[in-house]
Amino acid sequence: MSESTAQQQQQHPIGVYIKVWILLFVLSSFSYLVDFFQLQGYLRWTLILIFMVLKAGFIISIFMHLRWERSALQYLVLLPPVAILLLVGMMAIEADYVNALREIFFSEGEPLSPYEQLPYEH
Amino acid sequence: MTSGEDTTTRPPEGHWQSVSNDWAADKQAFSVPWGKLMMWIFLLSDTFIFGIFLTGYMSVRMSTVEAWPNPSEVFALEIAGTHLPLILIAIMTFVLITSSGTMAMAVNFAHQKNRKNTVIFMALTALLGASFVGMQAFEWSKLISEGVRPWSNPMGAPQFGASFFMITGFHGMHVSIGVIYLAVIAAKVHKGHYDQHYDKGSHNIVEITGLYWHFVDLVWVFIFALFYLW
Repeated sequence: MSESTAQQQQQHPIGVYIKVWILLFVLSSFSYLVDFFQLQGYLRWTLILIFMVLKAGFIISIFMHLRWERSALQYLVLLPPVAILLLVGMMAIEADYVNALREIFFSEGEPLSPYEQLPYEH
Repeated sequence: MTSGEDTTTRPPEGHWQSVSNDWAADKQAFSVPWGKLMMWIFLLSDTFIFGIFLTGYMSVRMSTVEAWPNPSEVFALEIAGTHLPLILIAIMTFVLITSSGTMAMAVNFAHQKNRKNTVIFMALTALLGASFVGMQAFEWSKLISEGVRPWSNPMGAPQFGASFFMITGFHGMHVSIGVIYLAVIAAKVHKGHYDQHYDKGSHNIVEITGLYWHFVDLVWVFIFALFYLW
């Protein structure tokens, strides 16, 4: 079945690609404008992440055809990277702790005793 | 399932039922050509490599006590007397997205069995990829001449140089390999090599090459957002 079904699945009008292509252009321009207008803080991070996820989603689902694959393949591709999010979470906690230690021991001027000012009391 | 039904057609199946149908029983789990499945599994492993690079970058950036250089200014250029922040990176992003678009067209033409247009669009994709690598070489030489090194840099946190050269270097290597890969496959398609071999047509191999190319673009989406814009 793979031959005929694959054939059938991959035939899409060329317009779909052109639409997604234009959409990716627009989304990239938006991300660039976030920097151009120097938006800062949570607004900047939220917008960057939204545009990033949208662009990634369109590339994976349309350009890489994952939308039209069977669910077994979709889960093979999409589930394992969730482990990376776990790593990101753990490393964020660790990096925050390392930063606090460095603030105490490597900062210029009067050295602080770690007992006087614990990292989480900043 | 009731017996006595026509077994040549699949029964209607729900979402999870289709997953369990594919994994259950002693049969092939993935109903795609083997080359395509292998490319997906390779890309999954590459996802982890880039995922770990970007996580490492996050760790060093969060933990450093020195100021992180502002990428918007580091990658700014003066064009015709106007100061444009991050402009080179924006152009590189558009070039790579365009190359993804032309690759999608090449795959589409391959499915239509239009060999000439497939080769033209693959060559165009490779050309855009090569120009991306060229711009990256320009960016690298600019930063190196400004004194940025993997272990130090005059603008602030030394981890900036380490992350920059490691992440963009590894991505640039992927683009370069992709350009070579595209050129080889395009030349073979042009010669009609796949009309005799491999499923009697070039649509599969072009689609697999396309998966790799789109992945390179996908990784750039994350690098652009997390390294250059953050």
